Amino acid sequence: MTARAAGLVGCRHCGSVWPSDAATCDLCGGPLSSRQPNSLQRVWAWWWAGAIFYVPANLYPMLRTDLMGRESADTILGGVVELVHHHAYFVAAVVFFASIMIPMGKFAAIAYLAIVIRRGGQIQSHSLHLLHEVVEFIGRWSMIDVFVVAVLSALVHLSFAVNINPGLAAICFALSVVFTMLSALSFDPRIIYDAAEVRE
Amino acid sequence: MACPQCDLLHRVDEISVDSTARCARCGTVLFTPRSGAIERLVALAIASLVLMVVALTFPFLEMSAQGFSSHASVLDTITAFAGGFMAPLSLAIAGFIVFLPVLRLCAMIYALWPLIFDRPPAPGATAAFRLASNLKPWSMAEIFMIGVAVALVKMVGMATIVFGPAFWAFGFLVVFVTMIDVMMCERTIWRILDTR
Repeated sequence: MTARAAGLVGCRHCGSVWPSDAATCDLCGGPLSSRQPNSLQRVWAWWWAGAIFYVPANLYPMLRTDLMGRESADTILGGVVELVHHHAYFVAAVVFFASIMIPMGKFAAIAYLAIVIRRGGQIQSHSLHLLHEVVEFIGRWSMIDVFVVAVLSALVHLSFAVNINPGLAAICFALSVVFTMLSALSFDPRIIYDAAEVRE
Repeated sequence: MACPQCDLLHRVDEISVDSTARCARCGTVLFTPRSGAIERLVALAIASLVLMVVALTFPFLEMSAQGFSSHASVLDTITAFAGGFMAPLSLAIAGFIVFLPVLRLCAMIYALWPLIFDRPPAPGATAAFRLASNLKPWSMAEIFMIGVAVALVKMVGMATIVFGPAFWAFGFLVVFVTMIDVMMCERTIWRILDTR
């Protein structure tokens, strides 16, 4: 039996249960809610914010390299292509996964979760729950690219020979990562099991 | 108690040390008490704070190529975006790799320190521990280190890189913070905070 079915509310921090009208947890002081109100609406709001910023993050240059006075700009995808040209296949794969596969996969996974919960049909609650945990865990790792840009821009200042400066995409990408993290955090996993119960 | 992931109710009696209690429905780990865990967590957190001080005060990386050389400290990395309209990104990076990890470690030490000596928790210990738990996704020291590694590999062959003491300090900090994350069983600590 779930806490809600028993007329109780469980704390998501410490797990203790309280009468359903309690607003804060007496044990850890955290806010209580039987189900996150409007969980799916929040998920979609942050999802769209993240998706919107993901577009300029890919179109604008991430890095501006000034080599002997000649400036070249690299987008995220351009950076991966360059790494492949330098035969750094492993790093190319890491960057490709962290900055292209993971963000895309995250958008797809969160949207899939939200749509399946809303629409219904057969629900594999365990695999959906696993999917949510993976998305929540992996989301922060997309930040790698922003840190790469920060390190390169800070380190590569060799007089007039080579200079690396951050491009506009860096801030768009960082915002996109933060928004999708918030989107995943807004998703209340308890509704997965609610939806599964309804169908049973 | 209710499972924080799926809301299933459980009756929880004493959970013996070194065993693990999982949710009967979704398998989420509910309690996994380990003997001496709190002592180790506090020790690791203090060590991490010391390493953070080292990482911020010593040289981080130095590179040289064709007679030119340049160096960067951790602070230089944070201020890489400081010029112009991207300045907020510098603040965010400072938060992700320095301030939030430090705040999280301090809050953790504050909440757990009295428990080592079997004393009642300090005033505000619950708020401090809840803060530490909320900050977890936003402290990104380990992600920063992977970013550094990727940046260095990008430069291999083009320049000579010298690692400063801050590089090793930050590296060990990442190891320690990861150990903290692995060892930490939040709900066990909530129970201990509650019963003291």
